[in-house]
Amino acid sequence: MSLQDFTQHALSEWMRGQGPRSDIVISSRVRVARNLSGLPFPMLATSSQSSEIVRRVEDALRREDKPSILKGAELIRMDDLSDLEKRVLVEKHLISPHLAEESRYGAVVLSQNEAVSIMINEEDHLRIQCLFPGFQPEKAWELADELDDWFEQELTYAFSETKGYLTSCATNVGTGIRVSVMVHLPALAITRQLNRLFPAITQVGLAVRGIYGEGSEALGNLYQVSNQVTLGQREEDIIQKLTGVVRQMIQHEHNARSRLRETSLTKLEDRVHRSYGILEHARVISSKEVMERLSDVRLGVDMGLISGISSQVMNELMVLTQPGFLQTRSKQRLDVDERDVRRAQMVREYLSLKRNEGNH
Amino acid sequence: MQCQECGNRPATLHYTKIINGKKTEFHLCEVCAKEKGEQMPGMDAGFTIHNLLSGLLNLDGQMTEEHPSSQSSATVQRLRCPTCGLTYNQFSKIGRFGCSDCYQAFAERLDPLFRRVHGHRSHRGKVPKRTGGKLRMQREVDELKQQMAMCIEKEAFEEAARLRDRIKELQKKLDS
Ligand SMILES: [Zn+2]
Ligand SMILES: [Zn+2]
Repeated sequence: MSLQDFTQHALSEWMRGQGPRSDIVISSRVRVARNLSGLPFPMLATSSQSSEIVRRVEDALRREDKPSILKGAELIRMDDLSDLEKRVLVEKHLISPHLAEESRYGAVVLSQNEAVSIMINEEDHLRIQCLFPGFQPEKAWELADELDDWFEQELTYAFSETKGYLTSCATNVGTGIRVSVMVHLPALAITRQLNRLFPAITQVGLAVRGIYGEGSEALGNLYQVSNQVTLGQREEDIIQKLTGVVRQMIQHEHNARSRLRETSLTKLEDRVHRSYGILEHARVISSKEVMERLSDVRLGVDMGLISGISSQVMNELMVLTQPGFLQTRSKQRLDVDERDVRRAQMVREYLSLKRNEGNH
Repeated sequence: MQCQECGNRPATLHYTKIINGKKTEFHLCEVCAKEKGEQMPGMDAGFTIHNLLSGLLNLDGQMTEEHPSSQSSATVQRLRCPTCGLTYNQFSKIGRFGCSDCYQAFAERLDPLFRRVHGHRSHRGKVPKRTGGKLRMQREVDELKQQMAMCIEKEAFEEAARLRDRIKELQKKLDS
């Protein structure tokens, strides 16, 4: 399979799409947790109860009146996938590691464009997730809300008047909603301002975490901002609060980029072009280094310092250079050293492919 | 920013907990977060944070001190969900409910926990469309009443009258 075919097949819409504020915001996600009434939560469910939940969702999906986004959606059982296939779904942010590794009778419903993934028998019976490119958490909520309503016609949820939707963990009860936005904050990192920003964000009850860290670091200056509170606030208010905070983060990142341009343009240009050069020519590259270089190049592209390549390529490469993807592409298990070689090769080939596309 | 536990790895996880009614910030590296007894799987922020917060449940001793008037821990330990058989003790160790009836069975112990995690103890969000019938209507009535009060304040009496009729209509359905 050519690299082009492979990636067309492999990438979901959230990586390819160009959403609002995509110079800073990579993606927006809303997830709602739901449980069916009268059945124990997955932790205590028997095999027959767990498979009944999968069956009920499957039955619901047979209905003719399903939302258009679910036309052609597929229900995939974890037991039918290899470890590598599960890993790729995790790397694409479509399922959680918990569903991949620990669930019993776990399954996922994927819409064709992969904007919707519904995990079954994860910590809760259902976790409806909607993932959009760029900064559009409201859109993601609208869709999740619609899907939730549609499933509720067929399924009776565990719900209490005072506590709302009942979930397996107390941290999700009420709305069961988790809104998260992935942001790229290289200029704030370079100018060492994250130390001041993060405490301000946690003060208003949101959580921030670095992603793609293998063990201890936030790689690629990518952070996920999400709500902590799910009980006692309306969904719209939760989203609005998070949106307001992220807007301010975007503004700060913008300001930091402007200051960098004014005060140290040559140094910045040198930095991003060096990283670009390494990505174009390296023969061995670790997962840590690739994320750092991709972050630099993306900053260069987003600030107009590097031309001839789109920032989407960076989104795509962030996912394509993950271990599961590299091994799927190579059709074999690879140890760490082999992966570093394949990774460098993947990046070189992909960049040259995309440059050629750009020239036509 | 360095991790506040070990002071030598960069903090990648930032969040607050409400402890004794006070917001407390946490800035941890993944290693220390893990050591605090939390699982930190891969990249799913929602999942991770939720696991991390569930660590709160294990502060049970502290909870008893906070509420000296509540039952002795021996009684609490005997609390058991009649439906799934999970005991309160098990719940506070695992940090997960066994079934939706656990909420009822452990109700007396949960409000302080909800307050600590969420700062609230009652749901204000969405209500299921099909099964939430009356509650949904009640919410709508409450909402309309607020709107009506605002209209009256702004002396938009025509609009207020329209809202009043709608409220009456709903109220009738609710009472029937
Ligand atoms: Zn630490
Ligand atoms: Zn129970």
